[in-house]
Amino acid sequence: MIGVLRYVVLRALNMCLLVFVAVTLVFILMRFIPTDPIEALIGKLTSQGATMSQEQFDAIRQSLGDAFGLQGTLWQQYWRFMARSLLTFDFGVSFSAYPTPVSELIGRALPWTIGLLSVSAILGWALGNVIGVLSGVYPQRRVSKLTELVALALYPIPYYVFALVLSIAFSFVWPIFPLSVMVRGEPWTLGFVSNVIYNSFLPALSIVIGVFGWWVISSKALSSGVAQEEFVRFARLRAVPERRVLASYIFPNTLLPQVTLLAIQLGLMFSGSILTEILFQYPGLGLLLYSAIGQGDYNLMMGIIQISIIAVAIATLIVDLLYPLVDPRIRYK
Amino acid sequence: MTNFRLLLGGAILAAFAVMGVGLPWFAPEDPTLWQTVPRNRPPSFEFLLGTTSQGQDVFWLLTWAVGNSIWLGVLVAALATVIGVFVGLTAGYVGGATDRLVAFVIDSTIVIPVLPVLILIAAIMLGQTSLWIIAIVLVVFNWPFPARQVRAAAMSIRERGFVHTAWMSGESTARIVLWQFAPHLRAWAGANFINTVLVATILETSIAVIGLSNSEVATLGTMLYWALEFQAILGERWWWIWPPVVSIVLLFIGLFLVSSGLEERSVRLRGRHLEP
Repeated sequence: MIGVLRYVVLRALNMCLLVFVAVTLVFILMRFIPTDPIEALIGKLTSQGATMSQEQFDAIRQSLGDAFGLQGTLWQQYWRFMARSLLTFDFGVSFSAYPTPVSELIGRALPWTIGLLSVSAILGWALGNVIGVLSGVYPQRRVSKLTELVALALYPIPYYVFALVLSIAFSFVWPIFPLSVMVRGEPWTLGFVSNVIYNSFLPALSIVIGVFGWWVISSKALSSGVAQEEFVRFARLRAVPERRVLASYIFPNTLLPQVTLLAIQLGLMFSGSILTEILFQYPGLGLLLYSAIGQGDYNLMMGIIQISIIAVAIATLIVDLLYPLVDPRIRYK
Repeated sequence: MTNFRLLLGGAILAAFAVMGVGLPWFAPEDPTLWQTVPRNRPPSFEFLLGTTSQGQDVFWLLTWAVGNSIWLGVLVAALATVIGVFVGLTAGYVGGATDRLVAFVIDSTIVIPVLPVLILIAAIMLGQTSLWIIAIVLVVFNWPFPARQVRAAAMSIRERGFVHTAWMSGESTARIVLWQFAPHLRAWAGANFINTVLVATILETSIAVIGLSNSEVATLGTMLYWALEFQAILGERWWWIWPPVVSIVLLFIGLFLVSSGLEERSVRLRGRHLEP
């Protein structure tokens, strides 16, 4: 038990350190942007015809200075930037939805993104691995060769292409799904839930197809190795039913490394899903980021970036922590 | 299968190279200029792939877009691979505190979701983002991937007999790295290079599709952006949508086939020691 605790604490500490460095890198990166974001935004606001008193301008300057970490000496800047990114999560108020706090807007969008990504990540992972293992164990079958070809073709294609093609096919040419996500109804009634599923179907499908190829390719490679192992041969010689050889011998041994790979893939998936959300008008973090950019809402933008770094790191940590639970060979004593 | 992948992928890439690097020279005029040809014409003999709503010839525009996308990808991949290999080799070879620090920076950079940061930078530049700035940011985020693998490889090569032999016979560090390490990494670096071209192109098209790249420069992404912006789907002007989509799909499949073909060959040639 203490061993497990030690593992968890070490992993969590490692994650905190990584987030710390990543946020620091963003801070450094902001210093290399040639244009002054604050003046750029204020210029944009005035050009849009906003009339503001001097005090309001000063308040905005102050708030933006905090958002970008441009207030005070370098060390003060750094400290304030880190504090609001990692401790208080107070990213100020949104300019586009004044005076709603940024954290509230993010809080509203985050469940959508988490829901969409977790469902499609798990579905894509499960589907890809089952098909990949089957085609790795029986490489001579024609179906296996076909699936490998399909996977090879699907893997390098970015998610947004699938999103585009699916929405053209199923929302326009054969309109059975909505072109953009519009959820109605009171939360958590049956109608609401089915509405959410109906509306999220195409975005989720495009991500599932997007990740599918990679899982097929990697699990095929792994399982064809496992299928050659002595214990599999022994099980077959002992006349263990083929179904059990697959389910109890080959599958578990292939899936273990795939869990770690899932942790590495999460960040990439998050990046990919931003465009999916924008193309489908899905009300998650990606769309929020997009509208924040359109309206020059820098407080909101910085908030989303920091939260997504933290969210990806936490998701990675969760997958990492699952690993010892599913691997019977690891025992922490 | 490997040779088949390399051949097919190589053929696709060669076709794109001809299209993106060779053909633009023959364009009758600058295809990015608006209103040079009649608007919204479907494909015909005169306009092979039709024309856009802004009066651009889709075929010639596509050749320019492919050229720019390839140019960006190759530039980013070349820089990222050089930096990554250099840092990874140094860290893996020197070891100790330097190595731990480098490994930590690599891991943290990999955690940052690239696309949001890229979107943020592009947004602050207010659409004035030149391809150069995008290229620099992409390099910043892409060197850690080769660096991590090269570091792992260097740590294993370091302990091998021939390196010790070279060391004992008084070879300098630079010569050892250059003559003993580099040959082991060559095939792998090729695969990684192509893979980075793929990643860079995907990221550039991604921010371009939502209009955050410089939309005046023709790339595969900005072509899609303009097509979506002018409602080519609703107007059923398919000839404007499909050429960039199909090019993106084929180009990425070609790149991936070559990179996975090279990777497999490097594993077969050099044994499995490059596996991290």
